[in-house]
Amino acid sequence: MRSAPAVSAGSAASAAGSGRHAGGVELRGLFKSFGPIEAVRGIDVSVTRGETVALLGPNGAGKSTTIDMMLGLAQPDRGSVSVFGREPSAAIAAGAVGAMLQTGSLLRDLSVRELLDMMASLYPSPMPVQEALVLTGADAFADQRTQKLSGGETQRARFAVALVSDPQLLVLDEPTAAMDVEGRRAFWETMRGFAARGRTIVFATHYLEEADAYADRAVLMAAGRIVADGPTTEIRAMVGTRTIRATLPDAPLEALAGLPGVTGAERRGEAIVLTCSDSDAAIRALLAAHPGVRDIEIAAAGLEEAFLELTSARAQADRRS
Amino acid sequence: MFPYMRYELLRVLRNRRFFLLSLGFPLVLYFLIAGPNHNVSNLSGTGLSAPLYYMLGLTSFGTMGAMLSCGGRIAAERDAGWNRQLRITPLSPRAYIAAKVLTAYVMACMSIAALYLAGASLGVSIAAGRWLEMTGLILVALIPLAPLGIALGHHIKADSVGPAIGGSISLLAFLGGTWFPITGHGFLHGVAQELPSYWLVQASHVGLGARAWPAHAWLVIAGWTAALSVVALRSYRRDTGRA
Repeated sequence: MRSAPAVSAGSAASAAGSGRHAGGVELRGLFKSFGPIEAVRGIDVSVTRGETVALLGPNGAGKSTTIDMMLGLAQPDRGSVSVFGREPSAAIAAGAVGAMLQTGSLLRDLSVRELLDMMASLYPSPMPVQEALVLTGADAFADQRTQKLSGGETQRARFAVALVSDPQLLVLDEPTAAMDVEGRRAFWETMRGFAARGRTIVFATHYLEEADAYADRAVLMAAGRIVADGPTTEIRAMVGTRTIRATLPDAPLEALAGLPGVTGAERRGEAIVLTCSDSDAAIRALLAAHPGVRDIEIAAAGLEEAFLELTSARAQADRRS
Repeated sequence: MFPYMRYELLRVLRNRRFFLLSLGFPLVLYFLIAGPNHNVSNLSGTGLSAPLYYMLGLTSFGTMGAMLSCGGRIAAERDAGWNRQLRITPLSPRAYIAAKVLTAYVMACMSIAALYLAGASLGVSIAAGRWLEMTGLILVALIPLAPLGIALGHHIKADSVGPAIGGSISLLAFLGGTWFPITGHGFLHGVAQELPSYWLVQASHVGLGARAWPAHAWLVIAGWTAALSVVALRSYRRDTGRA
C-alpha cells in the first residue's frame, strides 16, 4: 500500500514553518464505516494554520465523511481529530469554526439579514452582519425572506452564514455545486480574500480546476484513502505527462507510439493525440519523421488527467491486494 | 443568546398559516360544539356548564397542539439540514431545546388566551383568582408534552411527523375527556386517569374549587415528564450522534 504515489514535500516544508506551533487541523489515522460501507479507511491529514487545502476526489471518495469528522458531526471509529489543538467540539464551542455543508437549506421565515443577525448572536466575536453581506454579495437581497431566494442566492447566503462568525477555520463542502460560472468566480474571489486574512480553509471539491486555482495544497482522496497530498503543481509534475495534439491524417498509430518519449497514441479523426513522458524528445522525433505535421499543440496534463491516473492506479492496487 | 430566542419567536409569528391554523382550529371547534349547548348548565353531571367544560376541553386540545408542534418544527429543521448547521455553532443542545420549548409555551399561552376570550363571549365567568389558578395548572399539565414533542421531532421524519402529532393529540384528547366527559369507573376512566391530558381537562374543576387536583394528578404529570424526558434525550442523542 505504501507504494502508492504520494507527495510529501509540501507538508514537510510547512511542518518546518512556524504555523505548526500554533496548531492547525490534525487528522490522525481516521477510520469510519457506515454498516458494511467503509467510507474512510485510514487517513492522515495535517493542515497548517493559514493554509488553504483542497480535499479532492470523486463522489464517494470519503470527502464529506472526513469533513463531518473534522467538524465533530460524526465520530471516527478509530483515530483522532484536533482543531487548533482542541477537540472539534471545543473549537466549535469557542466559535473558531465556520462551515458551509454540502446539503441543507436556510431557516425559513426570516430575511437573510435577520438570519445572519440570529447566527452572529451565537458567537463571541462575530463580524458585523453588513460586512458578511457585502463580502458574499448577499447584500443585494439582504431583506428577502430566505425561502424566496434563487439557488445561487441561497448558496451566497449560506456562505454568509459560514463567514459571519469570522471563523479561524472555514470548512466548505463542495460549496459551488449549485452556482453558475459567474457565481463560482465571485465565490472563490471572496474565499481568497478571506484566506488572505490568515484564516485556515479546507474545502472539498470534485472540480479539479478549483483545487488547482484556489488551494495551496491538494489532498487527493479515492475510495476512503489518500492517494496523493501535495502542492497542485507537484501533483501534476509527479505524473509528469504532457500531450501533443496535431493534425496528421496518414501516419500509422503504431509507428507514432514507438517514437522516443511517447507512451501512447490515439487518433481523433485527422488529429492525433500523443501522451508523452518526454515531450521535448517526442516533438523532435515527430517533426523529423513527419515534416508535414501541422496545428501542433503541446499541453501539460491538467489535474484531471493526473487525478484519473492516480485514482485508477490506486483502484488497481486495491483490486490486486 | 437573547436574539436567537427572539428570532425563533418571530419565525413562529411570521408563519401565518401555521399560526392561524393552530389558534383557529380550536376556536372553530369550540363554537361548533359549545355554541348550540350554551344553555346547558350541568353537563353530564359534572356540575360544569357546557361553555365552561368545552372551553377547557378545547384549551387542552389547542395547547397540546401548540406543545407538540415544536416536534414538527424540529423535524422540518432536520429535513432542511439546519440542525447540522446549528451543531457547528456554539449554541448548546440545552439552549436549542429551551428555545423550542419556550416558543411552544408562547403558542400555548396564546391558545389559552384565545379560548378564554371565546368562553367569555359565551358567558363563562369566573373570579380572577380562579382564572389564574386554572391557567397555572394547565401550564403545569403541559410540561410532559414538551419532551414528547421533542422526541417526535427527533424520531420521525418531516413527511410523517404531521400524522404522528395529529394522532397523538387526537388520542390524548379523546382519552383525556376533551370531547366528552369521562366518568364512572370503567376501563376508559382508569386509563384516562393515568394520562396528562385528563388532568389538563380536570384543571377546570380546580378552577371552580369543586375538587382539588389530587396527589395522583401531580404524580401522573411528574411520571410522564420523567419518562418522556428520558425518551426525548435518547432520541436527541441517537439523532445527533452525541454522547
